[in-house]
Amino acid sequence: MAVAVRVIPCLDVDEGRVVKGVNFTGLVDAGDPVELARTYDREGADELTFLDVTASSGDRETTYDVVSGTADQVFIPLTVGGGVRTPDDVDRLLRAGADKVSLNTAAIARPELLETASRRFGAQCVVLSVDARRVPEGGEPTASGFEVTTHGGTRGTGICAVEWAERAERLGVGEILLNSMDADGTKEGFDLEMIRAVRAAVGVPLIASGGAGDKRDFAPAVHAGADAVLAASVFHFGQLTIAEVKEAMRAEGITVR
Amino acid sequence: MTRVVVLDYGSGNLRSAERALERAGAEVEVTADHRRAVEADGLVVPGVGAFSACMRGLLDAGGDRVIDRRLSDDRPVLGICVGMQILFERGVEHGVEAEGVGRWPGTVERLRSEPLPHMGWNTVSAPADSVLFAGLDPETRFYFVHSFAAREWPAVPGDGGAGKTRLIRSEHGESFLAAVEDGSLMATQFHPEKSGEAGSRLLRNWLDSL
Repeated sequence: MAVAVRVIPCLDVDEGRVVKGVNFTGLVDAGDPVELARTYDREGADELTFLDVTASSGDRETTYDVVSGTADQVFIPLTVGGGVRTPDDVDRLLRAGADKVSLNTAAIARPELLETASRRFGAQCVVLSVDARRVPEGGEPTASGFEVTTHGGTRGTGICAVEWAERAERLGVGEILLNSMDADGTKEGFDLEMIRAVRAAVGVPLIASGGAGDKRDFAPAVHAGADAVLAASVFHFGQLTIAEVKEAMRAEGITVR
Repeated sequence: MTRVVVLDYGSGNLRSAERALERAGAEVEVTADHRRAVEADGLVVPGVGAFSACMRGLLDAGGDRVIDRRLSDDRPVLGICVGMQILFERGVEHGVEAEGVGRWPGTVERLRSEPLPHMGWNTVSAPADSVLFAGLDPETRFYFVHSFAAREWPAVPGDGGAGKTRLIRSEHGESFLAAVEDGSLMATQFHPEKSGEAGSRLLRNWLDSL
């Protein structure tokens, strides 16, 4: 009896539509987040993550509608992130039906946001999303060699990714979503060294993200210490199904649902 | 149609509970109204966050009295997550002890195994005569997210302890109570409303028992 390693598809949602290419056969409308959420639910996804990429344009209303529409029809946990800046943003997303809210850039600028959100809503619904990379040559060195980035991995902050994760745990986050900006999009596998470094430092659940290209990529991330694995494009393009990923993990002795 | 009230005392993802119960076939009302809550066929007490905050909210809303009224007439109540925890005698969080409703013996404490929160899909061990888990395979998984739980069910002198009560356990490094069926009072530490088909089946089982 042990908790199963979670497999989590991530959807980018822009003004109420799923973007960044989703290519499923049999869908009437591949841009409809609710329809996609239902498809992933049927395929055995353990949770869903929506990344709201609308944040910059300021139209958040449609996001709340999408979250409530999905929560009304999909009965597995839903995490929403992207552009969350204040405790009230968290509150509105939770009220719309999100189970967890992930914070990223705003928390780097104001770490106390994590503490406030955790106290007000409970640690279980506050996720810290960390976009991290190896410190590039000429960059300010960090203790772990990994640094937190902003702006989709293009801008270094000089903040040590491992120390940031530790601090976030102390501030009360219930989970850490670790996205390797070096591995992201390469399809060459997760950044195992980064997963190990963060795992060794924190006791909250760790979601590994970035780099999945093959069904055999997932088990090593779990063996490196991830409690959950997240991927986007390999699922969206039908390159891998959730079931195939779970089967490959099970073959490596990992407990899955 | 079975009428269920989800008790609105400022805690929990009420909407999820409402939608999942509707999906399972109930007519659902989310309210803090005592009369409605007492008269419904079933009452669901949700709850997330801290034990002490939940308990405060429940007392402020008079939810403890609603639960008492219902149980004195053997009218079913289902607690979910912290809505289960507050049914015990007390909760200890960060060294601070808070009193619970005290329907059940024992203390809700922080689990000792990492990672915490215990987050994700886990199995439970339910006895064959369970109401909530009837027809569910032992391999069935439910969605948990919590750092605290009741580990023990202390024997109470004179009432035979847990003899009449079904204790359903799960494990996260150590064994803890995942659900309790105690006559008309039942509760789950996990979230049936977030546990997909398995959770829906469990809620249907509960509705069928009302």
